[in-house]
Amino acid sequence: MEALDGNAIAGDLFELFGTEMTTATGVCASCGETGHVAELRVYSRAPGTVVRCPTCGSVLIVLVEVRGMACIDLGGLNRLEPVNG
Amino acid sequence: MARAALPGRLNWQLGRVIELTEETARTKSISFALPDWAGHRAGQHVDVRLTAADGYQAQRSYSIASAPEDEYLVLTVERLENGEVSPYLVDELRPGDEIELRGPIGGYFVWESSLEGPLLLVAGGSGVVPFRSMLRHWAAVDGGAMPRLLYSSRSWSDVIYREELLRLGDRDGVDVRFALTREWPEGWQGHRGRVDRELLGEVASPPSEAPRIYICGPTGFVEAAADALVEIGHKPSRIRTELFGPTGG
Amino acid sequence: MPISRGFSGRRRADADPARVPPGQYVTDDFPVLSAGPTPRTPLDQWSFTINGAVGQPMSWPWQEFLALPSETPTADIHCVTKWSKLDTTWRGVSVDTLLEGVQTSADYVSAFCDGGYTTNLPLEDLTGGKAWIAYEYGGEPLEPEHGGPARLLVPHLYFWKSAKWVRGLTLTSMDEPGFWETYGYHNRGDPWLEQRYQGD
Repeated sequence: MEALDGNAIAGDLFELFGTEMTTATGVCASCGETGHVAELRVYSRAPGTVVRCPTCGSVLIVLVEVRGMACIDLGGLNRLEPVNG
Repeated sequence: MARAALPGRLNWQLGRVIELTEETARTKSISFALPDWAGHRAGQHVDVRLTAADGYQAQRSYSIASAPEDEYLVLTVERLENGEVSPYLVDELRPGDEIELRGPIGGYFVWESSLEGPLLLVAGGSGVVPFRSMLRHWAAVDGGAMPRLLYSSRSWSDVIYREELLRLGDRDGVDVRFALTREWPEGWQGHRGRVDRELLGEVASPPSEAPRIYICGPTGFVEAAADALVEIGHKPSRIRTELFGPTGG
Repeated sequence: MPISRGFSGRRRADADPARVPPGQYVTDDFPVLSAGPTPRTPLDQWSFTINGAVGQPMSWPWQEFLALPSETPTADIHCVTKWSKLDTTWRGVSVDTLLEGVQTSADYVSAFCDGGYTTNLPLEDLTGGKAWIAYEYGGEPLEPEHGGPARLLVPHLYFWKSAKWVRGLTLTSMDEPGFWETYGYHNRGDPWLEQRYQGD
């Protein structure tokens, strides 16, 4: 199945971070590539949402709703910097 | 009633369906009136949430097809086979129905006239939707340099916004090019077959003019077009992409 | 929650309520759920392995695997995303067959897969006729998007335990959380006890 991109979870990320995140830049902890969150590959037809590096495929972010509470794991990223404005 | 909105929070609100317009056999444009809409930027989208009587919910994202200047919020939805949400929106929804929407969302795939550089829009299938918003906005604000749109569809009857795009071409001077990949009318003067590097080279302004490029459509289409434009010499930083999947449903 | 007039989601199927675990909806569809891109391992590079806390690791290449005795279980399957599908039909090798002659004191298993997916479950949930390595669905070779060439099939647990693109089982003495379990899903996952999340 084809993935979508970070644009598809922009609403959920806005809810979690309180700000627009598609323009945020992230660094993949596995391969070091940098890109906008909007360009990441999103697999959301799953028990949770899995966000992968478009270059190496490593898992960067996982979003899960556990008993109604949104949980986000950013362990696959070295850095995640929102852009102000 | 007091505003419940918190700064930095997106709220779900009920959009009332005003009208549905068939664009193609598979696609409808739906206009909504919203009680508390703060406006949007061309290219942004909304999340739509549906709730069944037994509490089951499904949520999807749709690009906004209307310009910030338009009266109603318009979404254009393609009915996907085996889809869960799109068949409902396209086939079941009626004027007067209310569904939950939240937005506007997105900051990456947006265009406004303050952004410098000639605009190049490359669309595959329903990927043209956010570009309607951008082009209508451009026309409304008299947005400067003439935009170029390259729009790939399976056939002429699959082209969404046919009349409007032709008008933008003839009347407003937008450079609109169509590529038909599977079948084309007799005497078709546009491009036949898939969008390739050669066609992109013809349509795009040269890298020296640093066009602002937006590509939207299915994954394979977007990746191929982005790769080709980079090969031609356009900087990756000038290219923004949005994937529309058959996974949308 | 405002109801969307006329919306019901996936095509629903009628079902005997006794067959539907709590919180589930029954469908005729077979939704494709995935945490990543579909792996495409050529069959001449495929093998199934049993390793870990065993006396002797075992491995079967594809042709040998297909030659093993197979069964055709019919099962109801339950996804943690709330969709259930009844009477699904499969062909596969029973995990009991694969574990015949395997010496172990392990209590747990981690299934590992192409693409990096893993899931953990108690060994006793894989034995006694409860689990298969399935390579046919509905009488046809299992499609890649549904886990082909072969997937683990453990229908009495939530379907995220039925790992797609499975390549083997590692027997372990400690329960080692797999992919979804690490992010909060249950180590066992019994739909009748609604064991969706850690701590349920």
